[in-house]
Amino acid sequence: MPLTAVPLVGQTTRLVEGFGRYSLLLARAFNLPRDLKLKLYLQNLRVQMVRVGVDSIPIVALATAFSGGVSAVQALYQRQDPAFPLPTSIVGTFTEEAVLLELGTLVTAFVLCGRVGARIAAELGTMRVTEQIDALEAMGVNSRSYLIVPRVLAGVLMFPVLYVIAASVGMLAGALVAWNSDAITVAAYWSGARAFFRPYSVVFGLIKSLVFGFTITSVSCYKGYYTRGGAEGVGTSTTQATVLSCVFVLLADYVCAVVLL
Amino acid sequence: MIEIRHLSKSFDGRPVLRDVSLEVREGETLAIIGRSGSGKSVLLKHFIGLLVPDAGEVRVDGERLADLPYADLRRVRRKFGVLFQGGALFDSMSALQNVEFPLRTFSDASEEEIEARAMACLEMVELPDAAHKKPAELSGGMQKRVALARAIAVEPKYILYDEPTSGLDPETSNTIDELINRLNHEINATGVVITHDIHSVLNIADRVAFIHEGRLHWTGSVADLHASTDPELSAFVRANEYQIGSVEHPLP
Repeated sequence: MPLTAVPLVGQTTRLVEGFGRYSLLLARAFNLPRDLKLKLYLQNLRVQMVRVGVDSIPIVALATAFSGGVSAVQALYQRQDPAFPLPTSIVGTFTEEAVLLELGTLVTAFVLCGRVGARIAAELGTMRVTEQIDALEAMGVNSRSYLIVPRVLAGVLMFPVLYVIAASVGMLAGALVAWNSDAITVAAYWSGARAFFRPYSVVFGLIKSLVFGFTITSVSCYKGYYTRGGAEGVGTSTTQATVLSCVFVLLADYVCAVVLL
Repeated sequence: MIEIRHLSKSFDGRPVLRDVSLEVREGETLAIIGRSGSGKSVLLKHFIGLLVPDAGEVRVDGERLADLPYADLRRVRRKFGVLFQGGALFDSMSALQNVEFPLRTFSDASEEEIEARAMACLEMVELPDAAHKKPAELSGGMQKRVALARAIAVEPKYILYDEPTSGLDPETSNTIDELINRLNHEINATGVVITHDIHSVLNIADRVAFIHEGRLHWTGSVADLHASTDPELSAFVRANEYQIGSVEHPLP
């Protein structure tokens, strides 16, 4: 084997090993103990839903408002090209397609990678290095189920809600751009948005939200749960969780587009 | 009874424990002593299956931990209360919620009963006033006392103490030692104490096991510590700057 191939083999092995550990962790976490106290899990789920979903609304709304607004501005810019005269309503169509199919989910996902993914990894990582996870296990608690299931479920349940908010805010921001523009009326903007609206675009966005919510929370739980070392280890896990979540979101985005569109 | 037989454990090819055999008898308090890095805490984690031995076995009341499915391992773990070195309190919860946690998780008692029991445990460690404080608001000694209250909340059969007095001033260390003594008698638990503090050993232990370079080097009663001429053990005891049989803790 040529020497240059050796690091590649090592990296591939680590990648496969990591994926195996990730899959095993999730399988063991979702193999819920028979003696679990449902009330405790539901309480924990409620707390996580607030942290993942409700607390993320302002930043998600801000990010998607600008995305929707920029999409509308760019659509206005495109139709200024005299070589391709387009009706003004195309601005609404362009913004609607961009927001519903891509920006509403992807921008939200990137915001959550940084906000929720980093938080989960840092939280579980700190619990690991301060022996809090060992303490749970020592008490006879299934720490994987107790810590991971509510966080992943919260991601899966709340991301679609955030998507609906993100898409609505993005479209409204586009309307605001139209209102502020001399080139298009608000009525023409909504008319263009309605003209090519397909309900399946929303279904597609909702399915992607479920996938992204699962991806971000599960990858972050994995990196946090297996943190090693002290403060430096927590920092490393947090960074890796954020970066890996972004990478897997992009991969999932492509797979969803190929499979579902 | 807890039995350790021919246990060996390595990390990244570096042996930490080598062929350790040991038993903890019902009702006694066994102190496991040794220098930092001698493998004491690693040994303790084997008692509850947090680590799996490379060779050898651990039996708790006759059940071999390595043979148990995870659900049964968790059942065996519920016989234990563990005081971790840093306390390992859940920092998102108050002291009271920390003590309530194992009760809430495993008992069917009512909210009132759970709170009453948790408060009683906090009173045992003389910290009822800290009930609503978060761990970050407590001193190191107070955190250990809350962790002790949590460890005894479900009245475990065995209590494991990992360096209960490390990092504490002598007065707080004495308080913790007295608490351990009192709790062991009040709930009639079998105790295993990991420590390098000979002062604590004399205060709380019935029997001593000395781990040196990953091996069980010496075992005996606290009185035997005094009589031992083993050079490694003597050096360790001397390094504690404690004269066995001193005025404060006369040995039989």
